[in-house]
Amino acid sequence: MCLLLSKFKKKYKMKFLRILPLVLVTIFASCTSDNDDAPVDELDGIIKIQEITNDTHTIEVYSSTGTLQQGYNAISLRIKNKTTSEYEKSATVTWAPLMHMTSMSHACPFSVVSKTSGKETLYDGYVVFTMADNATEYWELTVNYTINGVAYTANSRIAVPASAKQRVTTFTGTDGVKYILALIEPKGPKVATNDMTVGVFKMQSMMMFPVVDNFKVKIDPRMPSMGNHGSPNNVDLTQSVSDKLYHGKLSLTMTGYWRINLQVLNASNEVLKGEAIVEGNPLSVSSIYFEIEF
Amino acid sequence: MKNFIIFISLSLLIPIAIIAQEKPADTITPKDLKEVIVIGKKTQLYQKQSKPLATIDEYLQQSTKVDMIRRGSYAWEPLINSMPTERTLVTIDGMRVFGACTDKMDPITSYVEVSNLSEATIKSGQQGSCHGATIGGSIDLQRNRSGFSDLGWDTSINTGFETNSQQKIIGSAINYTDKSFYIDTDFMFRDAENYTDGNGQEVLFSQFRKFNIAATSGFSFDENKLLEGSVIYDKATNVGYPALPMDVSLAQALITSLKFEYVPKSSKITNWETKIYYNTITHKMDDTKRPSVPIHMDMPGWSDTYGFYSKLKGVFNKHHFVADLNSFYNRSVAEMTMYPADSNEKLMFMYTWPDVKTFYSALFLDDNLALNSHSSLKFSGSIANHFNEVASQLGLESLQIFYPNMKDGKNRILKSISSNYLFDENGFSYSFGLAYGERAPSVSEGYGFYLFNSFDQYDYIGNPELNNENSIEGNVSIGYKTQKWSAKMSSSYFHISNYIVGKPDETLIPMTIGANGVKIYTALDYATIFNADLNLEYQFSTDFRWKGQLVYSYGKDFEDKNLPFISPLRYFSSLNFKKQNFSSEIAVQGNATQTEFSPFYGEDRTPDYAILNFDAGYSFDFEKVKCNLKAGIENIFDTYYSTFSDWNNIPRKGRNFFLNVAFGF
Repeated sequence: MCLLLSKFKKKYKMKFLRILPLVLVTIFASCTSDNDDAPVDELDGIIKIQEITNDTHTIEVYSSTGTLQQGYNAISLRIKNKTTSEYEKSATVTWAPLMHMTSMSHACPFSVVSKTSGKETLYDGYVVFTMADNATEYWELTVNYTINGVAYTANSRIAVPASAKQRVTTFTGTDGVKYILALIEPKGPKVATNDMTVGVFKMQSMMMFPVVDNFKVKIDPRMPSMGNHGSPNNVDLTQSVSDKLYHGKLSLTMTGYWRINLQVLNASNEVLKGEAIVEGNPLSVSSIYFEIEF
Repeated sequence: MKNFIIFISLSLLIPIAIIAQEKPADTITPKDLKEVIVIGKKTQLYQKQSKPLATIDEYLQQSTKVDMIRRGSYAWEPLINSMPTERTLVTIDGMRVFGACTDKMDPITSYVEVSNLSEATIKSGQQGSCHGATIGGSIDLQRNRSGFSDLGWDTSINTGFETNSQQKIIGSAINYTDKSFYIDTDFMFRDAENYTDGNGQEVLFSQFRKFNIAATSGFSFDENKLLEGSVIYDKATNVGYPALPMDVSLAQALITSLKFEYVPKSSKITNWETKIYYNTITHKMDDTKRPSVPIHMDMPGWSDTYGFYSKLKGVFNKHHFVADLNSFYNRSVAEMTMYPADSNEKLMFMYTWPDVKTFYSALFLDDNLALNSHSSLKFSGSIANHFNEVASQLGLESLQIFYPNMKDGKNRILKSISSNYLFDENGFSYSFGLAYGERAPSVSEGYGFYLFNSFDQYDYIGNPELNNENSIEGNVSIGYKTQKWSAKMSSSYFHISNYIVGKPDETLIPMTIGANGVKIYTALDYATIFNADLNLEYQFSTDFRWKGQLVYSYGKDFEDKNLPFISPLRYFSSLNFKKQNFSSEIAVQGNATQTEFSPFYGEDRTPDYAILNFDAGYSFDFEKVKCNLKAGIENIFDTYYSTFSDWNNIPRKGRNFFLNVAFGF
């Protein structure tokens, strides 16, 4: 381990520091889980980010990595009763993320919170953090919940660092409406045809970011470091009835850095934002895009 | 299935029909249709060759059935009957070896040396299907072995120098033979700089360096049993490919085999030979020496083959039969890693050969029936099972981008059948034959992923759903021979269905920077290839001998478009003089203008050329040392030329003086 560390130190010092909290959280989580009442598999594949407490409950917030980041985040939580140390199994939960900027506050797109299927104590949903926090601006998450007709609330500052690659893009369409696109899948991109999922939201007000229906998201993955070549057999994203998200296929023919150039089309097939890539021009890009590196 | 039943019934019926019309038996051994290029037997000091230490490529080029695609000074790709590697079969003593380069920079012939070999046997079309499936024919490179002929030590040293490219050659052979044991070892080293073309221009990146060491050892017991082990280690480094965008930093092969041979004393079986073998090849392309590359990349490849064959030869009445059961397993992997200009970015990696495993098993049967003292009939047939599997999950998923329903394995049955009639009486001979054969797509054709072809500037994608390519073939030869004259004309015609080629797909975007587009391997309805050659020899007197060769080739697809690498009319003529220990030859070789070229495959019109070569040799004994000197000039007039088979029209060597010296002890 020491040898490994020293080897990594030079080249990956920065990277290691970045994942160090993750490692610690993992160790911590695995140490504490022994004392928990809930079955161990309740927490399979998720790591605790932090706790939000009020007088009566402790709300444990989880994600697959143990951190949040700018863009789409699948978040799980469970509510522990402070007096009984039991986890609440039948709460009705909502949440409200809020960005405190120096001059104003705004929310971001988020889903409803529902009981996680197949789990006893977990609730889950997603939040698309449109920006990262910084020294003066921060995100606050408020969790509202009702248990047996009694309403509770708890809130706390949460850390949302910038993502290494662009996973969310905000733009104003030709219709004058402000839209937000968030990359949801692939989470673990492969050299393969990947399932791609994107959330498309519009900013109705500073606090309301509903899902947009019946749009189309065209994708054109490119490798700018290699002549801006593309990949074959991508399938543009269309909305699914079930989860309201946009689904398509993303072909990645090799590892490395891919820029997923986007075009957003409305229900009448008009391009609201984004430009088609000019073949043979290594510098051609669309103004809206995601980034994937693996 | 229908074809299969026809095949089986034909192969069963024909010999029976022949047996039914038996005539009085005779002891004549029927002739075989093959061409043998003598490379070097250790006992004779290469004396008959015009340039004894020529490369194997130069030796093979002597055959009228063979052309060589040339991408540089080194590792030329043999074409048999105008067909490239995928459609032909090159073996070393019956062993299957597969190159590890996705760009065909390492044909099998590049992993052996002239010092390893005694001869190359070239067979046309299905005549060459003994060791595997082929369409165009086969070359079997035969290892040198002293056997039990001359007892004791036999040592020789070979050295050579060529002025153009400053090629230095040094080699040695040490052989020891006892009554029941022999060991042959040989070593050869070549080191060449860039050569200059006929305009005196240096052809950059045409250098190479190669090292080859080999040993064969046999042990006989019970008088009629022989156990023989053989190993070749070949390593080429710093090989330039002026016609390609990349060079090779390492091409390395280890080729090993163990053979058991049994000669029954009194039996219908005359010889039974069983061999197990293993070979491994590592090939590393290198672009670090090129002055400017759009993106630096590593492209290593590996190929491992395990195989065996068991070959039974026998005589039953007038039937000379051969049965050969053979099998191999090959694993081919090649990958590509590209280094982005921004070193913080992650490396770009892909499998270009996605760990493709091939398992092949075949039974080959051949019956050569002497009808009478001057005619014979020959039938052969084989049936093979060919199984491919993509073992890399990453590689499989990469290909599934193109073929979403692709499975990781694919099985194919390959059939071959041929029949020939030979007649030979009083110097007059003729033969004709018909054959049918099939082949599976090669690893690149089936599973290649963005393989850049610098000839037509396209990226190629394999197609795992390709059908077997199959060929119906007819051949005719006619010859006449007197004491002074010898003339032979032979021709072959191939009608190849499901002819595998790359077809541009306009919707796809090339990966390689600067490429014209992407081609997907697909099959043409059919293509036809016709080759005819004329070999003439005339013995003027005991000292003078004239030799002439004329070759005509034709290749079109079903839409009457030209196929690539079809030779224009080519000719060779030489006059030999030999008196006692002195020998000399003057030779002219040339091509007519290539008018039937194929722009679709990246070809352009190649002008005609003719060059003149001269050599002289003298052998003498000094004390107990046999010396053989050979000196010559190639391309005497320093002609600037390139041929139809020179990749991207790279020019050939200008004037070149060479000196080969051999000492035998």
